[in-house]
Amino acid sequence: MNLLADAFAWLFAPEQWTGPNALQHLLAQQLSFTATAVAIAALIAVPLGWAIGHTGRGREVAVAFSGAARAVPSFGLLVLLVLVFGVLRKPEAATVTFVILAIPSLLAGAYAGFEAIDRRVVDAARAVGMTGAQILWRVEIPLGLPLLVAGFRSAVLQVVATVTIAAYVNLGGLGLPIITGLSLRRYEVVLGGAILVALLALVLDALFALAQRAAVPHGIRADQGHPTGRRLDPEPAAPATPDTADTHP
Amino acid sequence: MIEFRNVTKRFPDGTVAVDSFDLVIPSRRTTVFVGSSGCGKTTLLRMINRMVEPTSGTVEIDGEDVAAKQGVALRRSIGYVMQNGGLMPHFTVAENIATVPRLNGRTRRAARARALELMDVVGLDTAMADRYPSQLSGGQQQRVGVARGLAADPNILLMDEPFGAVDPIVRAELQRELIRLQRDLDKTVVFVTHDVDEAFLLGDQVAILAEGARRLQVGSPSEITENPADDFVAAFIGADRGKRALRVKQTPRGRVLVDAEGRTQGVLVEGEG
Repeated sequence: MNLLADAFAWLFAPEQWTGPNALQHLLAQQLSFTATAVAIAALIAVPLGWAIGHTGRGREVAVAFSGAARAVPSFGLLVLLVLVFGVLRKPEAATVTFVILAIPSLLAGAYAGFEAIDRRVVDAARAVGMTGAQILWRVEIPLGLPLLVAGFRSAVLQVVATVTIAAYVNLGGLGLPIITGLSLRRYEVVLGGAILVALLALVLDALFALAQRAAVPHGIRADQGHPTGRRLDPEPAAPATPDTADTHP
Repeated sequence: MIEFRNVTKRFPDGTVAVDSFDLVIPSRRTTVFVGSSGCGKTTLLRMINRMVEPTSGTVEIDGEDVAAKQGVALRRSIGYVMQNGGLMPHFTVAENIATVPRLNGRTRRAARARALELMDVVGLDTAMADRYPSQLSGGQQQRVGVARGLAADPNILLMDEPFGAVDPIVRAELQRELIRLQRDLDKTVVFVTHDVDEAFLLGDQVAILAEGARRLQVGSPSEITENPADDFVAAFIGADRGKRALRVKQTPRGRVLVDAEGRTQGVLVEGEG
């Protein structure tokens, strides 16, 4: 017998797609946990990361916190939080676990995006008379966006993979076939669940790769020779001979 | 008129960038601060628009202490041009030039019209208006920087080594252009450079500075060349060598001036120049 063939047979069996534990349900649960956790984490981490990047203060604290948060084992934290919150508050406990998992990447993406900006550009923005808020919204946020989206990308990938453990505390998601399959020793079910999680992660990664490319501002992209978009002239970008190009009538 | 009165700037790490500096910068003239790097010339420049606050002393514009003005409003009223143009990489050329008018509340359309007008003034083809800085040559970026500095029609233009990063041919062209602009626009220009030739070419008043913004000599290029304050200044401006050390050579057709390398630089003409 072929485990992989069995796994696909299980995946494509019509009974997996009907009933209360239908795969599309579990998929929706997985996505909704992921989206909720990343959204809450973003509300906390992005403003904080921007504040760190804008002021240049608090970076050490953020790095230390991120390191610590990354070191926390998610499964242990989930079990602990379920015990602390009580069994009636399992969804909250799970969400908090995933939020803590998502924060480091988002925080790093937010402040690293600002730190990567050429200091002379920020200095110039100030020198021409932009206020702190104008520098933030017109210069730092647009130029820092690609790295922030990269932060979202890695946060989403980590969370979507880890949400699988929610099934251990009976919250559903794509972990459900994995853990029930384990206890029933039906490894084709385990593998089927794992394949779905992996596919979901790959699809999300591809979507965020596109988003990351779209987040690069015009003008920066032209610089790097990527597709330049509709706003540019069809003729070659930088003149090959600056000396003559610079001569005016 | 810009006046430095007993200005000192001590940075938090203890370095004294500027030590008890006094200077009057006349209106509608070009004043150049020249000195080797680290002599505090850029710090002096940045104290005029409050990018840097003096530790003690005052900087006055037309008799008013800049410290009494709001920093953002002050900076919008003073043109600032920096090395590499200091352009926003994600703004088009027109958006870069229109930055200050937009900040001052001009409509998008009016600001763009102003930007196109200024592109003409600084000798940029308006077809480049929708390009991004990364698509321009260094010299073109620098022209955009100058246009942005002029966009709000400021009385004062601060220029921090604006032509330092372009090749000598383009630099010479930009210098000529600045002289032409200054003749037409009549701004008070404060220019920072480490290049003596550039200082003497552009400056009506040149301040030669040493570490701590110590004034070695202040005067017109002619005054400094004719009467250097000391041996250091003479050496710094190259009065003893190159194209500034000329001697008279008698030829069958009259007297000519020869530089230190023996190349003839010109003919000596008698009478009023």
